[in-house]
Amino acid sequence: MKELSLNILDIAQNSVKAGASVIKIDLAETEETLEITVTDNGCGMTEEQVSSVMDPFFTTRTTRNVGLGVPLLKMEAEQTGGGISVESSVSEENHGTVIKALFYRNHIDFIPLGDIVSTITALIQGAPDIDWIFTHTKGESAVELDTAEIRAVLGDDVRLDEYEVIKWIEEYLKEGYDSFT
Amino acid sequence: MKSLEELAAIREKMKGKVVLREGSGDIRVVVGMATCGIAAGARPVLNAFVEGVNNEGLAEKVTVSQTGCIGVCQYEPVVEVFEAGKDKVTYVKMTPEKAAEVIEKHLKGGEVVSKYTIAAAVE
Repeated sequence: MKELSLNILDIAQNSVKAGASVIKIDLAETEETLEITVTDNGCGMTEEQVSSVMDPFFTTRTTRNVGLGVPLLKMEAEQTGGGISVESSVSEENHGTVIKALFYRNHIDFIPLGDIVSTITALIQGAPDIDWIFTHTKGESAVELDTAEIRAVLGDDVRLDEYEVIKWIEEYLKEGYDSFT
Repeated sequence: MKSLEELAAIREKMKGKVVLREGSGDIRVVVGMATCGIAAGARPVLNAFVEGVNNEGLAEKVTVSQTGCIGVCQYEPVVEVFEAGKDKVTYVKMTPEKAAEVIEKHLKGGEVVSKYTIAAAVE
C-alpha cells in the first residue's frame, strides 16, 4: 500500500463484513511511534482463525483464495521495527476483534499515513448505518469524530451517506487537522 | 468552524429530497473496495464517482456503493454499473479521470464507454 490510511480502509472493511455495528479507529502518535487500533463488535474470530489471519493464504472469502489485508499491515509494521497484535472473541456477550499495529515513524521504511480523511469518509459512505468512532491524537492535538453524535442531529430522515453530510464530515475532519501538529 | 447547527440545516434541507429519492436510484454504481481494489487505487475512484454524480445532478437516479472483491484482481480498480433492464457493465483499471468520462457519457448520456470495459481489456 502507498499509504497507511489505505491499510486502515482495508482492515476496517473486514470489520464491516464481520457485521459490526460499532467500529473504532484510533491513531495514537508520539514523536517516535504511530499506533493504529481498529476495534469492532463484529462476529469475531475463533482461536484457529486468529492464528491463521496473518497467513496470506487464509481468507473467508470465496472469490479468491488469498487474504492479504492483515499480512500486509503486519509486514509494513514489522519493517519499521514494530509489530501487530490481533485479539478476538466469538463469545455471545462480548464478540469482536481488536487489531493493533505499532509503527516506528523515524524508520526509513515507515509508510506515511496519507489521506486519512478520505479513508474515514469512504468508510462512512460505504457503511452509513455503522457507528464510526475515530480519534487521532498526538501530544495535545486531537481530531475526533463520532457518527452517533452526527446521527443524533440528523435523526432518521437523513442518512450519513448523503453527499452533503459526507462533505460536512470531510470538512469537519480537515478543519481538525488544520490545528493538528 | 463546522458546527452541529450546520448539520441541522442540512437535515432540514434534505428532508424534502429524501422523500423525492425514495423509489428512485435507477442506476447503481458499485466500486470494488477489497484489498486488491484499494491497493490499485479504488479510493480516489470511489470519491470521483461520489463527487461527480452529485456535481452532475445525477444523485436522484444514480447511487454509488461499495463491494468486496469481485474476483478479477488483476483488473482493479473495478467498477460495475447496474441498470434495470440492461446488461451489467464492468469497467476495469479505473482512474478518477476515466470515472469522469463514464459519468459524462454513460451515466448522463446513456452510452457505454466500451474502451474501459473488461471486454475491451481481455481482447
